[in-house]
Amino acid sequence: MAKSILDDHVSMPQTFKKGSWEIKLSFLIMGFANLVHKQIIKGLLFLVSQIIFLIAFVTQVIPGIMGLFTLGTKTQGMEERVIDGVKLQVAIDGDNSMLMLIFGLASLIFCAVFAYIYWCNLKSARTVHLLKTNGQKLPTFKEDVLTLTNGRFHMTLMAIPLIGVLLFTILPLVYMICLAFTNYDHNHLPPKSLFDWVGFTNFGNIFSGRMAGTFFPVLSWTLIWAVFATVTNFFFGIVLALLINTKGLKLKKLWRTVFVITIAVPQFISLLLMRNFLNDQGPFNALLQKIGLLEHPLPFLSDPVWAKFSIIFVNMWVGIPFTMLVATGIIMNLPSEQIEAAEIDGASKFQVFKSITFPQILLIMTPALIQQFIGNINNFNVIYLLTGGGPTNSQFYQAGSTDLLVTWLYKLTVTAADYNLASVIGILIFAISAIFSLLAYTRTSSYKEGAVK
Amino acid sequence: MKRKKQLRLGLVYLILIVLSAIWLFPIIWVVLTSFRAEGTAYVSYFIPKQWTFDNYIKLFTNSSFPFGRWFLNTLVVSVSTCLLSTLITVGMAYSLSRIKFKFRNHFLKIALVLNMFPGFMSMIAVYYILKALNLTQTLTSLVLVYSAGAALGFYIAKGFFDTIPYSLDESAMIDGATRLDIFLKITLPLSKPIIVYTALLAFIGPWIDFIFAQVILGDATSKYTVAIGLFSMLQVDTINDWFMAFAAGSVLIAIPITTLFIFMQKYYVEGITGGSVK
Repeated sequence: MAKSILDDHVSMPQTFKKGSWEIKLSFLIMGFANLVHKQIIKGLLFLVSQIIFLIAFVTQVIPGIMGLFTLGTKTQGMEERVIDGVKLQVAIDGDNSMLMLIFGLASLIFCAVFAYIYWCNLKSARTVHLLKTNGQKLPTFKEDVLTLTNGRFHMTLMAIPLIGVLLFTILPLVYMICLAFTNYDHNHLPPKSLFDWVGFTNFGNIFSGRMAGTFFPVLSWTLIWAVFATVTNFFFGIVLALLINTKGLKLKKLWRTVFVITIAVPQFISLLLMRNFLNDQGPFNALLQKIGLLEHPLPFLSDPVWAKFSIIFVNMWVGIPFTMLVATGIIMNLPSEQIEAAEIDGASKFQVFKSITFPQILLIMTPALIQQFIGNINNFNVIYLLTGGGPTNSQFYQAGSTDLLVTWLYKLTVTAADYNLASVIGILIFAISAIFSLLAYTRTSSYKEGAVK
Repeated sequence: MKRKKQLRLGLVYLILIVLSAIWLFPIIWVVLTSFRAEGTAYVSYFIPKQWTFDNYIKLFTNSSFPFGRWFLNTLVVSVSTCLLSTLITVGMAYSLSRIKFKFRNHFLKIALVLNMFPGFMSMIAVYYILKALNLTQTLTSLVLVYSAGAALGFYIAKGFFDTIPYSLDESAMIDGATRLDIFLKITLPLSKPIIVYTALLAFIGPWIDFIFAQVILGDATSKYTVAIGLFSMLQVDTINDWFMAFAAGSVLIAIPITTLFIFMQKYYVEGITGGSVK
């Protein structure tokens, strides 16, 4: 009877309604069905996890989740305390908004993990019931464990990495997203003072409030930079690759290696060198003065406009070999018939490049190009190591003339301790990246196939 | 016609020589600087007036900037990270490529979204989580953070596994092999290039990262990795004394990394173009 009702496609509420008494009890006491049917170890494991959860729920999770909310409801209470003297009160309550937020979120994740175990328990009860009514043999605990090397092998492989992701990616990320809706800035630093939920104030601040004067210039420079950095690298990289692939050129491998060496040198080394090299007192200025081209040193990195050009040029030095390397691979695989046919018809080298080689390379490299563009929006290294965002700009809040959104974010967290603003910026960077990634997705079918099937 | 061709070829040689000079110049300059005995950070010439090995010796004898110690730290971190993250990346990529389980597609999409957030955003939170675990200012925490990042960097390896025909798995399964057997005895031996690539990339990571390491290690100088160590030499108050030593350290780091990179450039290209270049 139950055989026809309970299979994998029946939803859990229905399972409860139609299931036998031991399934119903399994909803209340985890592992009950397993215990009844002599799957002792499995049943006990479920039971123990339930007991642990219940204890933890009362002692840890409830205060944790309450903490998440009190962050919001304690506003007045907190203000009253300011009059009494903050330090004493906080010490007694141990209210550290930041820790409360983290523990609250950790509790939520803990609950989610338990919910998964609970769901496994129900599924297990259903399976046990199903096997029993069909008269099949129930798997022993050992057999269950062995499925981890076969049918459920992915669980074995992914369990530990996923814990890492949960702890070091998802939890911090959710935490930082939450911060965007608080007033956790340099005036509200726990444990000295509390911070609180403020809704969308920070977003308003950035878009139209006192931060707008910094945000929009930084955003537009970020986009200008990303476009120029990507386009120059891409175009000149292909030209370089074509030059090296010129018919009849000797020692192609050697030429390529010369440029590859510069990729291989760690960026923090090459960029710090460049910073020194282009310094007002640095060797490049000295050389130009010596040969009489200049009378005064040029402010390569110390003038806002010069610095922007210098950054793009240095980035070409860093990035062109990358494109060259990839483009070379593509060029060597291009079918040569088309080019030969065009040459016979009298097309010039430039025409061949414009109408045949370049479009084909572009087609193959579009996904990589969009990725590079996103990478450039987030290109922390070049800016941070070369100019550190400078020269300073008195009209910006905590940002210099060449700061990108990412380096501004970095400064907001590390030097200014304005975590709420930093989080908003982070979310906005994410939004920009997401839009362009989506573009990459819809534009190129090959990318789609490779990434998500 | 032939003359024109030769002329053009000559021009190409000329351009390439000029470009090579531009590209190699900073590298040659740092090597020269590392042997310079006189002057401070900024001098107005390139070729040292006095040559010396002292900058290299200084790196290993001075106790305020213990380069030898940093080198060992980085080696420990990068070897552990390399082992752990290769295991993680390959495991994740294999599962997501070969095994069809319920939430696979959802997971792939979530991973893609997670990768779009800038890493710095969660940096501070990671710091506090590590602090809660009592792990800040330790090398273990660096290994943990670098390896945890590997779990979401499986796309290139997954793309590689996707190209191995599934019929191999199927025929092995008919012969009674478990997933574990297939993974260890069929897929892994076929995936040597991608394993090498993943491992090398993971190995290089700790040598060049200075942001996360800086935040996690703070002021614990003896725990520094070479990247933050070298970076710390270039602060305003130390740059004049230490620039030549910085150059020497850079040369010491750049040699192994460059060698590794030249060795793996083939895999690198395949990774970027998603295997469309063979």
